[in-house]
Amino acid sequence: MTTSLPDIIEQNEMSILKEWLQYQKSATRSAHGAISDTQLQHESGQFLTLLKGALAGAQPTSLDEGPGSSLRDLLGDLSRSRALQGFTPSETAAFVLSLKRPLFDRVSAASGKDAAQLADHVWRITDLLDRLALHTSEVFQKSREEIIQRQQQEMLELSTPVIQLWDGVLAVPLIGTLDSARTQVVMESLLTSIVDTGATIAIIDITGVPTVDTLVAQHLLKTVAAARLMGADCIISGIRPQIAQTIVHLGVNLGDVITKATLSGALQVALNRRGLKVVRPAAG
Amino acid sequence: MDMIPILRVGDALLVSIQVDMHDRLAVQLQDDLTARIVSSGARGVLIDISALEIVDSFIGRMLANIAAMSSVLDAHTVVVGMRPAVAITLVELGLELNGVSTALNVDRGLELLNRQLQAHESLHDPADASS
Repeated sequence: MTTSLPDIIEQNEMSILKEWLQYQKSATRSAHGAISDTQLQHESGQFLTLLKGALAGAQPTSLDEGPGSSLRDLLGDLSRSRALQGFTPSETAAFVLSLKRPLFDRVSAASGKDAAQLADHVWRITDLLDRLALHTSEVFQKSREEIIQRQQQEMLELSTPVIQLWDGVLAVPLIGTLDSARTQVVMESLLTSIVDTGATIAIIDITGVPTVDTLVAQHLLKTVAAARLMGADCIISGIRPQIAQTIVHLGVNLGDVITKATLSGALQVALNRRGLKVVRPAAG
Repeated sequence: MDMIPILRVGDALLVSIQVDMHDRLAVQLQDDLTARIVSSGARGVLIDISALEIVDSFIGRMLANIAAMSSVLDAHTVVVGMRPAVAITLVELGLELNGVSTALNVDRGLELLNRQLQAHESLHDPADASS
């Protein structure tokens, strides 16, 4: 007599779940504690119920519609949250793959000597679980890429602040390498700030820029030219001795841009330009 | 047909570009402006492009041309009110408008123009400079 797959799962649900949880725990030892036992048990139980439903449906089980799609969605959410918690891809995929062992055990016990039924059941389980595992890896990777993208964006924003040093004087402290994407962001935020504050002088401080080659210099000059078109003069400050040497050796022509060794020197020039003077009040 | 108005403000002429520029309009503007500089004896030209949202190499060259023509007629040109996006585009196009003064808005542009004219006059009039 043949026993259908959903029936086998139905009859052994508790024992399958118990064994599965054990396999899962041994597979995800490195991230142990990131997910509580009760949560894992809840998720696994939910997954098993959905799997039963999916296996009972039309064959081969489609992951795009019916019970298969809710199974896929549940797994998608799961892998996404695991990717965020720092699980490795194999640990995430192990959630699905470690279910094979307990299922095969039950199928083999229920089939007895019926080799055809055993082969059929094992194939169906393998087919479905492998597809689900692939889906987990896909979602996992996608979530990691999203994280990387978001971090890049955040770094971009973090690394290009525009500061108002004085009335009409802006400063842009640049940290990190200046590539064309960053130049674009720096330019945009600097020009917007010039409009907002009506500044006439902008100081670009490159203390935090590790190297200045011809490309970086060109990007700097572009920024200076754009600021000039908006009616603001630029001063480049924070040029380290090393960088001064590189600039000369490379034959980079910074044109008639004012350059200063330190930010304070640049501020002094800016204040002079605006006809301001900083004086110590007379003692007394 | 469209026409770009040229207004007189003190010693300067104010050109406010409010519509999309095209070839014929630009040529007409050059005609009108040079004629007005000669007839009014203006010493400065302010070109307000704050309404300009799109620029191309043609407009960039036109601005440079106008500045060059005005300077031949002994009038300083100040381009004012450029938008950030426009500035970035011009720089990317390699049109940095060297030789053209720029200012953030019309107010600042007038200020700059007056300063330049004073410097110019004191340079060319030794009697005035010594006093």
